[in-house]
Amino acid sequence: MAANPDETASQRPTLREKYDNYIGGEWVAPVDGGYFEDTSPIDGSVLAKISQSNQKDVDLAVKAAWKAAESWNKSSATERSNILLKIADRIEENLDMLAAIETWGNGKPIRESSLVDLPLAIDHFRYFGGAIRSESGESSDLDSTRVTMEVHEPLGVVGQIIPWNFPILMAVWKLAPALAAGNCVVLKPAEQTPISIHALIEVIADLLPPGTVNIINGFGPEAGKPLATHPDIKKVAFTGETTTGRLIMQYASENLIPVTLELGGKSPNVFFDSVMAEDDAFLDKAIEGFVMFAVNQGEVCTCPSRALIQENIYDEFMERCLKRTEAIVMGDPLEMTTMMGAQASNDQYEKILNYMDVGKQEGAEVLTGGEKFDNPAHPNGYYIKPTIFKGNNKMRIFQEEIFGPVVSVTTFKDEAEALAIANDTLYGLGAGVWTRDIHQMQAMTRGIEAGRIWCNCYHDYPAHASFGGYKKSGIGRETHKMMLNHYRHTKNIIVSYDKNKLGFF
Amino acid sequence: MTVERVSITLKARQVVDKLRAKHGELIFHQSGGCCDGSAPMCFQKDEFLIGSRDVCLGEIHGCRFYMASDQFEYYKNMHISIDVSKGCGSSFSLEIPLGLRFMTISRIFTDEEIKHVHPVEFRQAI
Repeated sequence: MAANPDETASQRPTLREKYDNYIGGEWVAPVDGGYFEDTSPIDGSVLAKISQSNQKDVDLAVKAAWKAAESWNKSSATERSNILLKIADRIEENLDMLAAIETWGNGKPIRESSLVDLPLAIDHFRYFGGAIRSESGESSDLDSTRVTMEVHEPLGVVGQIIPWNFPILMAVWKLAPALAAGNCVVLKPAEQTPISIHALIEVIADLLPPGTVNIINGFGPEAGKPLATHPDIKKVAFTGETTTGRLIMQYASENLIPVTLELGGKSPNVFFDSVMAEDDAFLDKAIEGFVMFAVNQGEVCTCPSRALIQENIYDEFMERCLKRTEAIVMGDPLEMTTMMGAQASNDQYEKILNYMDVGKQEGAEVLTGGEKFDNPAHPNGYYIKPTIFKGNNKMRIFQEEIFGPVVSVTTFKDEAEALAIANDTLYGLGAGVWTRDIHQMQAMTRGIEAGRIWCNCYHDYPAHASFGGYKKSGIGRETHKMMLNHYRHTKNIIVSYDKNKLGFF
Repeated sequence: MTVERVSITLKARQVVDKLRAKHGELIFHQSGGCCDGSAPMCFQKDEFLIGSRDVCLGEIHGCRFYMASDQFEYYKNMHISIDVSKGCGSSFSLEIPLGLRFMTISRIFTDEEIKHVHPVEFRQAI
């Protein structure tokens, strides 16, 4: 049901008029006093004023973080774990409020923010809280008088630059392991979607020692750069695109610090003919798997934006997929029945429409969608119809990330051709394989060059399963305990129990 | 007659002028990947290290326009025009604090144009 604009306005969560930086456990106005407006993609309205920070603010935050690091870097795993578990509980208690703010800030449907984004964020805190209690270092007896130990120590203070597609969840993917490993953090939210992270901090602020987490709002060139180049930042984590990824690595080379990068993909979703061997629950699941390109309006780094369908089932399978795609309900993102919401910003909306034009010029056939959606619930928001193109893998719409609800479909003859097309991409973040043949599944999953392969499923992001890219999709693995080592040093200690000298000198 | 690979709209020129007055000489680098990818980034000259395998597609309003060579494989037969829209990207591109975002509008070259299209330059040759 489409709410009228007045009714919708009344559903708005209570927001502050302006959001300052969060430094040393306090809300601090930007040194130079600048603010910019954050608008909601749902209806184009202004949500709040956001601090426009620069190097001076970043310096304050880094200083506050190092002050907190004196004790936090040395805190016990028990203490940190207990705090992470309490944070998870607190977010859970405030789930509905945070989900509503996430939807207003980003445009995603409320059913996703409340059933996916927030529950996953909660679970990632619990997972890393648990992981640091159960892990142990390594020690080896070299011989009867020598023992060697590998111990882990936090890096100190780290910088994190967060994308706008999952403002809370992507922040938590980075915050939870960094805090668990004993680091203090200076985090910059995306300028399109800063509010929900502040709302989250507000509900957990009393649980964190002041200065362990610091939030700096602002624009990339003004606030992102001073953070990424700061000589007292010991590691930078970034999710975004390739040119900025290169710039982050370039800045890191100035200070010789490590980076982790997640830079997107053009993920293939491969459907073999056996999915249609029976008209059963599995076929139904595979069709849903195809339509997963519409999750989060396609603004997912692992969006299954290339669908590869075996040619002998193409007509019949696509007919079912088209029906399912056309059944996607668009409307007010605040309604639980709405399946697809607004694109996150005006420039994102324009970019997607430009790619629709590129696809048409390249000769791709529009099977459905291919244009904007005039949303009666919110005429001023940024809505685009779920779109299916048919074309070939050499087209730009098959090679470049559109970051919208757009899937490009092509066919293949056999397993070898499916693998060749799947790997004919600059990226390697995710992939889906759908088949009833376990041997074929194994050949494909080992053959595809990507960091995450979903077998007979898609878009599943549990904690305890590593996530990261091959090829140009990035460096590092998140959402798994191995991320802890991206946030800490390994120190080797050799202990001699021999009272006698070597005899060399 | 050489056909240029890249051009810039009047509106985008005005933004370049504004940025150049503040930051000095500028360049563009076309990004790929997620979030704000698949869009042109505008930097101060020498801010971004142009890769030895990057290609220069040409010059627009005094700014050289670069792209990774593997990405260029998919732009070989396209003319691109740099335009600007209202927006709030989250990259390090210089126009972002103005509440604006550069964007790439593409058009496939005609058969006649493709015969005369501007050759790309590699960094080493510059």
